[in-house]
Amino acid sequence: MFYREAGQFKSTYKADQAIFPILQDRMAIAFYLAVAFIAVPIFGSDFFITSIMIPFLVFSLAAIGLNILVGYTGQISLGTGAFMGVGAYSCYKLATIFPDINIIILIIASGFFAAAVGVLFGLPSLRIKGFYLVVTTLAAQFFLEWAFIRIPWLYNYNDSGAIEVPQRETFGIIVTGASATPSVRYLIVLAIVVAMTWVASNIIHGRIGRAWMMIRDMDIAAELMGVRPLYAKLSAFAVSSFYCGVAGAMMVFFWLGAAEVESFDVNHSFLILFMVVIGGLGSLIGSFMGAAFIWVLPVILRAVPNFIGIDVNAATVEHLNFMIIGALIIFFLIVEPHGLARLWALAKQKLRVWPFPY
Amino acid sequence: MELLYNIFIAPFVEMGATPDFLLQVLWEGFVAGTLYALIALGFVLIFKASGVFNFAQGIMVVFSALTLVGFYAAGLPAYVSLFLALVVMAVLAWSVERFVMRPLVNQPELILFMATIGLSYFLIGLGEFIFGGEPKSMITEELGLPTGSTTIDIFGGFVILQHLDIAAAIIAAILVICLALFFSKTRIGRALRAVADDHQAALSVGISLNQIWAIVWFAAGIVALATGIMWGARSDVSFALQIVALKALPVLILGGFTSVPGAIIGGLIIGFGEKLFEVYWGGLLGGGVEAWFAYVIALIFLMFRPQGLFGEKIIERV
Repeated sequence: MFYREAGQFKSTYKADQAIFPILQDRMAIAFYLAVAFIAVPIFGSDFFITSIMIPFLVFSLAAIGLNILVGYTGQISLGTGAFMGVGAYSCYKLATIFPDINIIILIIASGFFAAAVGVLFGLPSLRIKGFYLVVTTLAAQFFLEWAFIRIPWLYNYNDSGAIEVPQRETFGIIVTGASATPSVRYLIVLAIVVAMTWVASNIIHGRIGRAWMMIRDMDIAAELMGVRPLYAKLSAFAVSSFYCGVAGAMMVFFWLGAAEVESFDVNHSFLILFMVVIGGLGSLIGSFMGAAFIWVLPVILRAVPNFIGIDVNAATVEHLNFMIIGALIIFFLIVEPHGLARLWALAKQKLRVWPFPY
Repeated sequence: MELLYNIFIAPFVEMGATPDFLLQVLWEGFVAGTLYALIALGFVLIFKASGVFNFAQGIMVVFSALTLVGFYAAGLPAYVSLFLALVVMAVLAWSVERFVMRPLVNQPELILFMATIGLSYFLIGLGEFIFGGEPKSMITEELGLPTGSTTIDIFGGFVILQHLDIAAAIIAAILVICLALFFSKTRIGRALRAVADDHQAALSVGISLNQIWAIVWFAAGIVALATGIMWGARSDVSFALQIVALKALPVLILGGFTSVPGAIIGGLIIGFGEKLFEVYWGGLLGGGVEAWFAYVIALIFLMFRPQGLFGEKIIERV
């Protein structure tokens, strides 16, 4: 009724291949972007921007990165946290070595370091798959965690062992460090995430993305049809780690301000894997939904007892949080193993045919 | 040259010079290996029967140990607490089968794997909610486990053997023998192997999958409880054990996902390798290499023998 493509005729191939072929979809995307770019910085409180929106965007980007690997190429990885760490530490080193270069360029550049490390640890994927690959990515996770502690050069030999974000300006505006305002940091993160999502969408819908999906669906058939597994798998590891690395660099530079190894531990790898699976394997919009669900839900759960007026101590809430998230993950997997993205697609289909059943 | 000397010669010279210390290191490795093997055994049991990679095994170890300590702290005698902890694991096994595994039957393995991660989150929350997050000490003496140590004079030095570690090794051995007998001699054990072999064929001859899965999860729960007691007696019962449980993964890679003897031997190889490397070579890298060395062994091993030492050989070329 309201959401229907009737009357929208496509007269060019370009229009036919558009990512959002329906006018209502394009309007909705424009609306969301307008809200994100204009309404949130103006009306959002500092708490809302720093504790909800920035982490949500950072984790969305990391989830997109992992989704490229798990959802599109079918290679399970538990090393996401460490790859984010590689991005963060290399960005920190770059910012120390080249203090005059624009920090945004450095953040993107740090992605390449993460990509290189990702390819290195992706090499075993040429021989093995499934849970065996989980173990090799766990090797990456624990080895890199160890390296972040034991190689003092990475954190400039400071005593705390933490990396602290220096203050940097771009076009006369302070963008990183303690005195950068939340809205400035938010807008930069948002711009990078939107741009990189657009790039990811194009890669996935192009030749490389199709090769990844062929490898995922059936590697032997893919090879027979001329997809080289070596290039397909390693490029998936490279692109995936690039996204995770940029997300990690942004996490430290625009959100946390300072970070230790704990910010990149194996629990973060799980967290992002949850986002991908709950959001929907092989779906970009699902990555955003999953990140919103996994990140925002605990924030809401924490606020609920105060809101109702029950006095529960913080530790108990935290434990209940774990239980609720665990139960919800199982619940979602049972009800809809294809994640929130599938629910969204079903809802759209229902809206199209409404008021008729089909 | 000095680096090469430090890598290839110095450690062996040191081993030769102080053989008693080497023996002590090997013993430590053996004990750590037994515990890894026990955790891996829990994984193998469930993987064999249902093809589910049970990520929650680590937290099951913590949870069962906490239950045991919790019942004792509530004033019950030690053996009654042990029995009640077993009952709790049985209830857990039944609920997992009923509420997690049964609705997810026939799903891809990644989904099942994710479900067990969800389960482990749930159990972490539940465990902390009921018992609190702080580490607790295991009721070693109350359960009748030995606590002393023996010092053996050898090679002009001495080796200290904790009685508890010896007991752990013996209990692990008994557990493995019992499981092997259970698998090969009993009716249920044979049904288990049938299910592991082919789900559909097993169903068609009248084996109840649901019942089998509940039994397997209970068996994994018993192994978890044994592991929890042993590990808890060596250090404290705390949620940090969960990360250690991840070490069972390289053990499984080495031993093969479906092999009980593989789990034991894999555990021992990882245990020995890790301790030797940490003590003799770790210093070159700044120490703390125990955290990742097991994974690197597994990684190298995978390059040459992807199916593990005793795993089923699957030939597939891409």
